[in-house]
Amino acid sequence: MVACNDSTKVDKSDRLAVSKIRCGTVIDHINAGKALLVLRILGIKPGCSERVLIAMNVPSKKMGKKDIVKVEGKYISEKELDRIALISPNATINLIEEYEVSEKRRVELPPVVEGILTCPNRNCITNSREPIKSRFHVKMEGNRVKVTCHYCGKKIYEPDRYIVSR
Amino acid sequence: MKFKHLISIDDLSKKDIEYILELAEKFLPVAQGKKRTTPLEGRLLANLFFEPSTRTRMSFEVAMKRLGGDVINMTAQEASSVAKGETLADTIKVVSKYADVIVLRHPLEGAARFAAENSDVPVVNAGDGAGQHPTQTLLDLYTIKKESKLENLKIALMGDLKYSRTVHSLIKALTLFNARIYLVSPPTLALPEDFLEEIKSRVRVEEVKLEDVIEEIDVLYVTRIQKERFPDEEEYFKVAGSYKVDAGILERAKSSLIVMHPLPRVDEIDISVDRTPHAKYFQQTFYGVPVRMAILHELLLGDL
Ligand SMILES: Nc1ncnc2c1ncn2[C@@H]1O[C@H](COP(=O)(O)OP(=O)(O)OP(=O)(O)O)[C@@H](O)[C@H]1O
Ligand SMILES: [Mg+2]
Ligand SMILES: [Zn+2]
Repeated sequence: MVACNDSTKVDKSDRLAVSKIRCGTVIDHINAGKALLVLRILGIKPGCSERVLIAMNVPSKKMGKKDIVKVEGKYISEKELDRIALISPNATINLIEEYEVSEKRRVELPPVVEGILTCPNRNCITNSREPIKSRFHVKMEGNRVKVTCHYCGKKIYEPDRYIVSR
Repeated sequence: MKFKHLISIDDLSKKDIEYILELAEKFLPVAQGKKRTTPLEGRLLANLFFEPSTRTRMSFEVAMKRLGGDVINMTAQEASSVAKGETLADTIKVVSKYADVIVLRHPLEGAARFAAENSDVPVVNAGDGAGQHPTQTLLDLYTIKKESKLENLKIALMGDLKYSRTVHSLIKALTLFNARIYLVSPPTLALPEDFLEEIKSRVRVEEVKLEDVIEEIDVLYVTRIQKERFPDEEEYFKVAGSYKVDAGILERAKSSLIVMHPLPRVDEIDISVDRTPHAKYFQQTFYGVPVRMAILHELLLGDL
């Protein structure tokens, strides 16, 4: 169930007035427009039971515009959260306990991601009917993310385009 | 050596490569039938060819048998009927119980690395689609070492530099040996831009005309320009015709220049070249035997 944006208003001080969550995870500083991909990476889809708040294209001092995703209740592993770095290297993770931020960290680019990207190479063994999970090696090249297929060696510079729908 | 399978030339360090080439040199008289040794007696190799390639399959078979081992073959025809009913993963799990080493040729890229994950025994990649074919690269390097020199080599690569995996793998390997690389190709079949960018920092490489470098190069490596790469026949004949080597152009070359080709050739090397001392392409194919002997020996008996 995805709450619509009316629950999110920008007040005078430019802070977000959003209904607070008691405990859960706030993913902040998501590149503008990527919130839905973040949900996909976390495997949150319509019909799931989590309470999820999304804000898209809200003003941000650091980024101009940003997206925010807030997930109530559900525990999300660090490994899963770090995959967000593929599409938003500057995202921050805020753990919320009793309405307060109890922990804050930047997502870290994982060296390897499994099962989250599909290889664009149609002749890659990962796109066959074999029992196989996609596997990519992740690296920064200059200021862009480069991912390389473990099996066929195909290099991708826009991982956003190849996130699987789960 | 530190590896259990041979999947990609990129998995090998310079030291690994040098070690394999030295071992190949040791096995050369055995490959030539001048000496007998049977270290692989009682060992079984399974050739799994999901795509026909008689030359490569035979070369592995000869290498194994010259070292006293035995070979079972799954033909492309059998493979295709297997492929219909069974996954590669299952085929590998079954065959790796029968054999001591698996040699795999498969149409899909990455198939060999996946096979290795499902195998109890070493897997040798004998070509996975447009992907890797590391024993070809190793036999190319052995030929260069044997018939020319590996360090500080000046080499011209000519023909289809865009799609040829043979060329790409060889270039990567040559970056380890301080080579100077000249690229000779029609613009439509030039080395891919991102590949060129990737190697530029590691090796001196430039695009040239053959006439401009023929006097200084040590190796001329020719590859086939495939008809399928062109929209129409006329265009193909026009382009292919201007990337042909004949005895004429070689008159200006160093006497020590060697001409290589992964074979089969069509007409990019004129048969007039065969009679010159420059022609090494048949020798090159033969060198696949000692090189594969070295690899099989190492995978089966190395680090025991
Ligand atoms: N209880 C809560 N429920 C929902 N969202 C919350 C809650 N507490 C904090 N947040 C959100 O979590 C994010 C981080 O909160 P914090 O108070 O640390 O803001 P900040 O000081 O702007 O942090 P930063 O320096 O990371 O931008 C903000 O987007 C904030 O709106
Ligand atoms: Mg803030
Ligand atoms: Zn791939």
